[in-house]
Amino acid sequence: MLSSNIMPYAQSNIFSKTGEQEEAAGASGFAIEARNLSIHYSAFRAVKNVDMAIPERKITAIIGPSGCGKSTVLRSFNRMNDLVPGAHAEGDVIFMGQNIYAPQVDPVEVRRRIGMVFQKPNPFPRSIYENVAWGARLNGFKVGLGRPSMDEWVENCLRKAALWDEVKDKLNQSGLSLSGGQQQRLCIARAIAIQPQIILMDEPASALDPIATLKVEELMQELARDYTIIVVTHNMQQAARVSDQTAFFTVDADRAGMLVEFGDTRQIFTNPKDSRTEGYISGKYG
Amino acid sequence: MSTITNNASGGNLSPEALSLKHRPRPVEALIYGFLFFCGIVSIFTTLGIVYELGKESLLFFSTPGVTIWGFLTGTRWQPQAGNFGILPLLTSTLLTSGMAMLVAAPLGLAAAIYLSEYATPSLRKALKPTLEVLAGVPTVVYGYFALTFMTPLLRAIFGKDTVEIYNTASAGLVMGILILPLVSSMAEDALSAVPNALREAAYGLGATKLEVAVQVVLPAAVSGLAAAFLVAISRAIGETMIVAIAAGAGPRFTFNPFQAAETMSGHIVRISGGDLSYNSIDYNSLFAIGLFLFIVTAAINLVSQQVVRHLKRNTQ
Ligand SMILES: Nc1ncnc2c1ncn2[C@@H]1O[C@H](COP(=O)(O)OP(=O)(O)O)[C@@H](O)[C@H]1O
Ligand SMILES: [Mg+2]
Repeated sequence: MLSSNIMPYAQSNIFSKTGEQEEAAGASGFAIEARNLSIHYSAFRAVKNVDMAIPERKITAIIGPSGCGKSTVLRSFNRMNDLVPGAHAEGDVIFMGQNIYAPQVDPVEVRRRIGMVFQKPNPFPRSIYENVAWGARLNGFKVGLGRPSMDEWVENCLRKAALWDEVKDKLNQSGLSLSGGQQQRLCIARAIAIQPQIILMDEPASALDPIATLKVEELMQELARDYTIIVVTHNMQQAARVSDQTAFFTVDADRAGMLVEFGDTRQIFTNPKDSRTEGYISGKYG
Repeated sequence: MSTITNNASGGNLSPEALSLKHRPRPVEALIYGFLFFCGIVSIFTTLGIVYELGKESLLFFSTPGVTIWGFLTGTRWQPQAGNFGILPLLTSTLLTSGMAMLVAAPLGLAAAIYLSEYATPSLRKALKPTLEVLAGVPTVVYGYFALTFMTPLLRAIFGKDTVEIYNTASAGLVMGILILPLVSSMAEDALSAVPNALREAAYGLGATKLEVAVQVVLPAAVSGLAAAFLVAISRAIGETMIVAIAAGAGPRFTFNPFQAAETMSGHIVRISGGDLSYNSIDYNSLFAIGLFLFIVTAAINLVSQQVVRHLKRNTQ
């Protein structure tokens, strides 16, 4: 496979930030861990008391009815909620041995290590090439002896995102000229171009047709060999198909989202411990 | 669900209710007529202006000794001596509006970036209307501000020998302050119209606020920003009161912004304010200047539409 030829780049030190990676891996075996996490939008408590430890290099799915706080939790893992006026988090999110909500932590540094793919594909209105290169450049992509050039790096990322063959002849065309499914894979290529440790995906396939969805799912499984993936989905079959671990959220009587059950995907779908999980996966509500 | 089924099967709908014929909608027709009328009025007003300008200009250009070529290339505007070259009026217009853009473009853009990307929503809500109030200050106030504040300031900085009492720099700088709210308000609209999804994409890659604002939001808003600048330029070219008060009375062919020089609009307002007989060549010449101004502004608007369309195509 071609991708295995290109793999060595992923391990080499092309970013100023890498190198922490190995040291982080050894620490706990968990990529990221929420401890008693509650998130408010102004006065409204959207999510309460979440405890979950996400394993490394696995796909963790977050499922649950609409409005139960799946996106809110996901976006708290790279401090994306900071961009929402009035949003604030209580509790800890431990990443690489540090609480990312500690006062001295710079959210920009967090987001350089924890990438994100959004529900609606949102490529930049730039060329396909630039869509991938921009973030890499931003993150201090270094070219040098034994390191890939930017062209090689862009190709590598597009290959990993299973998009290269479709776009290799039109790298200078706008990213917006691609189909929805291609745009979403471009967004994935863009995310892996900064070599994050974790990739957060918020319903990455919900705006796509079934074939494009399947491609994205295959891609996720491919990527899980190198990255920790946390994916929000409202599609239970998708969670069952792609994920190793599944977290089921629901809303409590006070409208706050809460984690009901978190465990092995097979166990959650075949032998749920909580009656609410069972009700949800058997389609009784939600 | 159930009510629909009942109705359909119960058959208690009258045949008229199922008719697909047009129904009379008098209110809608009335409103449509009114809107159509408004549209027509504005079109006819424009046509009327063009007609009047064209008619009087034709009289001017048919005067013996006056040629279009001489009008466009002459460097002297001396009606008494029969010299009707627009260039002195044009250069001073370019000086004042160029000076105005030098102030308004960077400051307006900076204010817009601040308002759209940095200010908290509550601060933005307070600041934007305040800026727009500035646009409501009568231009005559700006004119005297130029004369009694900006000119002395320039003279203090550059010396009384360099800066004349009336000069295009002072008028232009103050005009820049005048159009600043226009630029910042339109530019802010353009920046705010950039979808949040793009900002999130950039933040998600670890971009800083400045990187998001300058490298993502600005380029994505470029067509709207271009429109803002071009509207501001047209506004500056046509602006009259400030230049009439502060730029100088008397055409002069100069590129020195510290000298007095009359702009096209300033000249029109001074001459037409004076004792002028209809159908004199002086009177007709004003319409020729007016027509020229009209064409320049219309051309800028046309160009701006093309630019905006081109930029839009490239960013989408
Ligand atoms: N930006 C926001 N401002 C205020 N409330 C929000 C915002 N985003 C989400 N919420 C609220 O938080 C709750 C959880 O939302 P979300 O995380 O989007 O749910 P999900 O992704 O599971 O559908 C909902 O009640 C929603 O209305
Ligand atoms: Mg959601």
